Amino acid sequence: MDDFYRDYILDHYKNPRNFGTLEPHDLEHHDVNPLCGDELGVHVVVDEGGKITDLRFHGQGCAISQASASIASEELIGMKVDEAAALDADWVIELLGIDISPTRRKCALLSLKVMRGATTGDASWPE
Amino acid sequence: MASVAARLDVRADFPLLAGGVAYLDSAATSQKPEPVIAAIDSYYRHSNANIHRGVYALAQEATDLFEGARERIAAFAGGETAATIFTRNATEGINLVAYAWGAQNVHEGDEVLITHMEHHSNIVPWQLLCQRQGAKLRYLHVSEDGRLSLDELDEVLSSGRVKMVGVAHVSNVLGTINPVAEIAARARAAGAASLIDGSQAMPQLPVNVSEIGADFYVWTGHKALGPTGIGVLHGRRELLEAMPPFLGGGDMIATVGFDSSTWNELPWKFEAGTSPIAEGVGLGAAVDYLGSLGMEAVRAHERDLTGYTLERLTEVEGLRTFGPTDLDHRGGVVSFEIQGIHPHDLAELCDREAVCIRAGHHCAQPLMREMGIPATARASFHVYNTREDVDRLIVALQKAREVFEL
Repeated sequence: MDDFYRDYILDHYKNPRNFGTLEPHDLEHHDVNPLCGDELGVHVVVDEGGKITDLRFHGQGCAISQASASIASEELIGMKVDEAAALDADWVIELLGIDISPTRRKCALLSLKVMRGATTGDASWPE
Repeated sequence: MASVAARLDVRADFPLLAGGVAYLDSAATSQKPEPVIAAIDSYYRHSNANIHRGVYALAQEATDLFEGARERIAAFAGGETAATIFTRNATEGINLVAYAWGAQNVHEGDEVLITHMEHHSNIVPWQLLCQRQGAKLRYLHVSEDGRLSLDELDEVLSSGRVKMVGVAHVSNVLGTINPVAEIAARARAAGAASLIDGSQAMPQLPVNVSEIGADFYVWTGHKALGPTGIGVLHGRRELLEAMPPFLGGGDMIATVGFDSSTWNELPWKFEAGTSPIAEGVGLGAAVDYLGSLGMEAVRAHERDLTGYTLERLTEVEGLRTFGPTDLDHRGGVVSFEIQGIHPHDLAELCDREAVCIRAGHHCAQPLMREMGIPATARASFHVYNTREDVDRLIVALQKAREVFEL
């Protein structure tokens, strides 16, 4: 098995979980990585208690950005919106479980950036 | 196909390549040959002084080196020395024209015509100009095989409102060699000026800007084996003389009063502030080097590599290339995609084999949108590349397919 393109990374890339759109939805954001043109959007459904009950990412990108969105989606569903809003870069990097070089960091962080845009309105790159 | 004998054997002239990398990203920037590095080194060691003003011998030596480089660069490109203006890069050359010429010549209701295959540098300055002046930006389409249509050009020009036609000489994504002399002639016949972005052409084709006959021709040094930080604008002298300055400051003036100033003569009217002197000297060495190889030989070499690459890429399953298949209309750039592997992942996996390729939108987002793809992988060549570099690319691509279990 490749150390970087591990089996679960390729599996999430080829068969992304929670991928598509949700209508209606309560929160949404769409963003791009201007360096490479990768695009990612998210639709989020939230219940009255502020819990994320459903979520779909959509867009296109490299294996790292797609796998990151897919893996994160499984964690985000069931989380409170304010918990999701407070997640930092380390959270998603750890979830991916591979060494991310500086050149691929934005690929890994795009899903969290989009999620922050949806939950806080501030879509700056996560630290 | 160019014969094997047409290929150049100059890899040893490029110190960086001794590290063993297969550098296939020359459309982004080229590597530098020893004479260019030596010229810059020698300039700073032995000749450094500010130019045009100093009375002492050293200042005169620096001035002579810089202006001598300008003369050789103008001759290399077939331009007039006084109408050969140094800029920071091709982007600055286009901005210079869009501001200084555009403000006087493009007005509300006018049109600026560019193409869907332009680099962002030949799109955004015109967008800004059109927004400032209330003009309309129009685009020529790109066909399936990556070509422009002269019929469509005529049709758009027939409105009589087009004031400027901006087009790449060679596309940085598709490799298309556009018929720029024909485009410039048709623009002129319709009362429009023309600007050719020669960033990809000057490094690899025999180019004579006077024969092309466009009003403006821009290119950049760092893609033509020269240093970064220097570009060239060749302009039609009457237009340059009629234009106001772009940037104001030292060196571009004749006299400065309290309220107004008068301008220096060409080309210095457009070169405010201390020039990129070492960079000019370095670019002079680069055109000397290219000239010694002969641009016909450079073109034959790149054509051979492009043909070889297109041929060998057919061995890779699921791979699709973009751009013209006719090598007469194609420069040394090959964009491609492999089904099931995003270009970024391809570039990463190629890097493991020390093969440098580019991945992304190549600063040509409108073209990507037109082609219906988010990104491509791109291999591009220069004189130092060999067929072995291409062989290494093919091996890297095959390995990438294995990693992705395709």
